[in-house]
Amino acid sequence: MASTAKAVEPVISAAWGKPQSWTLDSYRSRGGYDGLKRALSMEPAAIIDEVKKSNLRGRGGAGFPTGMKWSFVPKDSPKPKYLAVNGDESEPGTFKDRYILENDPHMMLEGIAIASYALGVHTCYVYLRGEFKFQAERTQAAIDEAYKAGIFGKSLMGKEGFALDCFLVRGAGAYICGEETALLESLEGKKGWPRLKPPFPAVVGLFGSPTVVNNVETLASVPPILAKGAEWYAKLGTEKSGGTHLVCLSGSVNRPGVYEVGMHTTILELIHDDKYGQGMPKGRKVKAVIPGGSSAPVLGADELDVALEFEALKMKQTMAGSGGVIVMDDATCMVRSLWRVARFYAEESCGQCTPCREGTPWQTRLLRKIEEGRAELSDIDMLSNVASSIAPYPPIGLGNTICALGDAAALPTHSFLMRFRDEFEAHVREHRCPFGDRPWGSFGDWS
Amino acid sequence: MAEPLFTPEEQKKFDAGIAEILSHYPSDRKSAGMLPALRLLQDLKGWLPPEGLRLVAKNLEVTPERAYEVASFYVMYHLKKPGKYVIDVCTNLSCSLWGAEKMLAYLEQKLGLTAGETNDKFTLRETECLASCGTAPCLQINEDHHERLTQAKLDAILARLS
Repeated sequence: MASTAKAVEPVISAAWGKPQSWTLDSYRSRGGYDGLKRALSMEPAAIIDEVKKSNLRGRGGAGFPTGMKWSFVPKDSPKPKYLAVNGDESEPGTFKDRYILENDPHMMLEGIAIASYALGVHTCYVYLRGEFKFQAERTQAAIDEAYKAGIFGKSLMGKEGFALDCFLVRGAGAYICGEETALLESLEGKKGWPRLKPPFPAVVGLFGSPTVVNNVETLASVPPILAKGAEWYAKLGTEKSGGTHLVCLSGSVNRPGVYEVGMHTTILELIHDDKYGQGMPKGRKVKAVIPGGSSAPVLGADELDVALEFEALKMKQTMAGSGGVIVMDDATCMVRSLWRVARFYAEESCGQCTPCREGTPWQTRLLRKIEEGRAELSDIDMLSNVASSIAPYPPIGLGNTICALGDAAALPTHSFLMRFRDEFEAHVREHRCPFGDRPWGSFGDWS
Repeated sequence: MAEPLFTPEEQKKFDAGIAEILSHYPSDRKSAGMLPALRLLQDLKGWLPPEGLRLVAKNLEVTPERAYEVASFYVMYHLKKPGKYVIDVCTNLSCSLWGAEKMLAYLEQKLGLTAGETNDKFTLRETECLASCGTAPCLQINEDHHERLTQAKLDAILARLS
């Protein structure tokens, strides 16, 4: 495909790749902190209204409207309020927030400052996954710059009487800490066991206080909304989802990477357009695509003319999730792929709820048996049963567990079986993997 | 008498680090500093020795069991002394589509280790997604990230590890 997809003016990634783009000087030279300047001249309630009008939706996975989330924080709470930034980016197939942290961390910091002022927050914790060493160093350097420039500290960019502290905390290797209540537990110095909801963090969050948890990209999207107005931002997107967004393209494509696209951009365009994935390796065809991180139900090759956007993907019983698009070509074994995904959830289950703790390794054992040609047809039904015991499907969201990790572990199984059952049965019939010793095809430098 | 946990230099760094960490939290929430405090200890010692866990717990005013509970939950904390270089290879879906399983097999053969094993110099582990799916395959060596790995590139990196 040539370059036919409608291009967008980048909002978040505009400065990526420019010299010293991560410094305060660079950020200010591009109009950085103008959004905060405008916000500080507004009433806090008006800022929340502005974000509501922009139709910004959370970019961490659930797609919840950001302004509405902010409005749930009680205004009259006698307790301190907190902002926690979710930079735990661990969903397989997702690698966008790290590029914001590496290339333009001040954009997120300005979003933090605006959100904190709107919400009456005086302490913010930025929680980054433990593996993000380089990203943590760069973010900390930006925080230090912001303190030195008087943006953070005793008076928020000169706003007398409004103090804002911002602390960076690194996780230590646990996917579950991307779940917002597990993240709060981790911030409180505990193992990451999700909490029962309600109460929601907006009411009872960090240290029992009202807390907003926002994703890195979500907060980085806030400054342009304040600087250029909600109307402008809303117009960039669709009726229910404003702005542009980052999508992460990986797997069997010629040019994997992070691309900023409009909400209208389809999966087919992302894979084939010259601006994005530049198509498949020679002679290969798409077999399957996971559209929103490994938790999102897989789509078949005939279902890809769909916009990478919350509502459009919901219509297909899948989800936009965290923007992680994983492409599998026709030389890829679907059983092997699902087995690998299932192993991830078994490894990362926190162990709190029985269906997930017991079900995720059970799925893994059954999938290994099928892949190694030792299974019977009844094992495929058993696999389906085990997945249903963790979370039935469709629709999404019926899980029998405290948090959505259960759903995340069951949805791949359900959707792979729905669309590729014949491949599972072929493994049983032939008593081997039909792809032999090349279940991943032969792509990349290690083929 | 048992050898002390810290050299005087390390003790100074530990004390200053703990003070800095505690300044980030409300005074009645010292235990919130657990993750950064464990990281501080691991940065100083290379792992989390039991007497170190007890010391962290004492500083945060919690029981040693609580420190151990947290330390054992997160994969980046080492409760046993690892090799000088900890190599974490991602084999999740996007990396496997770019040959990560073959890369791991190559490393196993080259280092004479099976994933999960440790010798004097190396700990080799299979790990979960490191957010490098667009620059697959990838691995980390002591938290330093290496991406878009080819066999030649990997050989060059290994050759630099003394």
